Amino acid sequence: MMNVILIDDEPLARSIVAEYLRDFAELTVVQECNDGFEGVKAIAQHKPDLIFLDIQMPKINGFEMLELIEQPPAVIFTTAFDEYAIKAFEAHAIDYLLKPFSKDRFAKAVQKWLANHQTSGAKPATNALINEEVRQPEERNRIVVKEGSNIRIIPVHEIVYLEAYDDYVKIFTAKEMLLKKKTMSFYEQSLDTDQFVRVHRSYILAVSQITRIEPLEKDTHLALLKNGAKIPLSKTGYVKLKTVLGL
Amino acid sequence: MQLNVSAKRIFMVGSAWWILLVLFETYALRTTFGFEWQVALADAANFNLLVATAGYIMFNSMKFYQASPKTMIYLLIWSIALASLCAVLHRYLMASYFFHDNVPYQEYLAGSHVIRGLFAWLMIGLIGMQSSIWFYLQEQRASEKREQETLKFSREAELATLRQQLQPHFLFNSLNSISALAGSKPEQARLMIQQLSDFLRGTIKKDDQQFVTLDEELKHLQLYLEIEKVRFGHRLKTEIVRDEETAGLTLPSLLLQPVVENAIKFGLYDTVGEIVIRIDAKAADKQLMITVENPFDPETSRPRQGTGFGLNSVQRRLYLLYARQDLLSTKMTGPLFQTEIKIPQPA
Repeated sequence: MMNVILIDDEPLARSIVAEYLRDFAELTVVQECNDGFEGVKAIAQHKPDLIFLDIQMPKINGFEMLELIEQPPAVIFTTAFDEYAIKAFEAHAIDYLLKPFSKDRFAKAVQKWLANHQTSGAKPATNALINEEVRQPEERNRIVVKEGSNIRIIPVHEIVYLEAYDDYVKIFTAKEMLLKKKTMSFYEQSLDTDQFVRVHRSYILAVSQITRIEPLEKDTHLALLKNGAKIPLSKTGYVKLKTVLGL
Repeated sequence: MQLNVSAKRIFMVGSAWWILLVLFETYALRTTFGFEWQVALADAANFNLLVATAGYIMFNSMKFYQASPKTMIYLLIWSIALASLCAVLHRYLMASYFFHDNVPYQEYLAGSHVIRGLFAWLMIGLIGMQSSIWFYLQEQRASEKREQETLKFSREAELATLRQQLQPHFLFNSLNSISALAGSKPEQARLMIQQLSDFLRGTIKKDDQQFVTLDEELKHLQLYLEIEKVRFGHRLKTEIVRDEETAGLTLPSLLLQPVVENAIKFGLYDTVGEIVIRIDAKAADKQLMITVENPFDPETSRPRQGTGFGLNSVQRRLYLLYARQDLLSTKMTGPLFQTEIKIPQPA
């Protein structure tokens, strides 16, 4: 017996998945979730083998939800037309279902997963998918972070700077520091380059937070931020920053 | 820009004409009356300068009159007054400041008084008429250009609204809901197919130029809201409040559609839990005032500058229809986002 969770903000969209799943006796729907928050909790609680996941959902989208889960289960995406998602899927899909989908198409996706699951018994390549540089437009404007059992949504305009920290990135806002398991190069690419500059191997700065730039040693500089932090600028980082500032 | 270029050209042509007139008159005075050339030139220059000034005044005053029979009367009065002034001034100036002792010239001056006035009247009247026609044509051309622009934009807008309304998300998700209902509740599936069809027909058929009554617009919105409620019924509540005085008031068709769509999208995707979309229509000082309200999360989302939330196309459309920028405004009070639209009513 294998457990399945359905995550979609439209009840009818879940009901059709549940209906089609009745043909697969070995799969049981243990919970249905209305949004990513419920999804994170349900996955932690039930440790499902497979989830059906919508992309566009309230507050956090399907990709962002997956980012919050340590070991994501196998995912079959169910979504309406979405050019971003489709590109991502084409490159890395386990499988995805475009709404509305037929019973046959649905069965094929599940059988594909079952076959995969039985031979390897291992995790699918979901991580590769969500690390892709194919982001939903709203993800440029916010970062979703898990803090204990809370899920926090940080609007990017609140970010002061980012600092590399082993496998994590420390996200500093005016009020606090949050940890997120991501790479610096990920943020360097996903954040707006007019507002955020990678000034150092270990630092990304919000340009608007800089109050002063001082020379430090030969070739290196120091940026003073509104919150009092002092961030070293590498030689190339300083050049990049000057271009963005139009100097 | 165009007006400036034409105005410049008119000035050049006018100046050339003026010089020619002066020369011709000098020549005529010399040959007909045998005056010395200084006398002839001074007389011609002075008189024509007066006429040119009067013509310039005429030209400028015509700017403010729309071409009509009434304008013709103004033109007549103005030209007679200016012509008399020219004649009197010319005689006074020439008699008191120049050539006092030139008796034949002074006699000629006194004798030509009336004919001079008539000549001036002819000239000034002609200039006035020309100016009036010229301004009329300018005005015509400008309004033609505006009309063309409005037409062009409304086509674009029609396409844009169509594209928006046939938003892939909306359409495919609705079809998915129908698919789900077809298994469990076929009657409801049928109802939704019919609602979706009516809605799509409404969007395709409606001419963007057309004005519709508030009733019609709300009926169309209602279809849209019904479909969204099938999808999000558990979360979406709508309230439509309208004053009785709004009966019969009109608005550009499909104007509210993108506004409500935005409100729903933001309401649903920016918050979890139940949301209320409120549409409120009032009549105030010959205007139809419509407010659309949706909840949002001020913590995590920041509407972009200006009107924000993708309302620019609505604002642009209002501007082209009414030449006003102040008809759409937005405001945030706590967790509520309000879009307010004023629609001037035909007098």
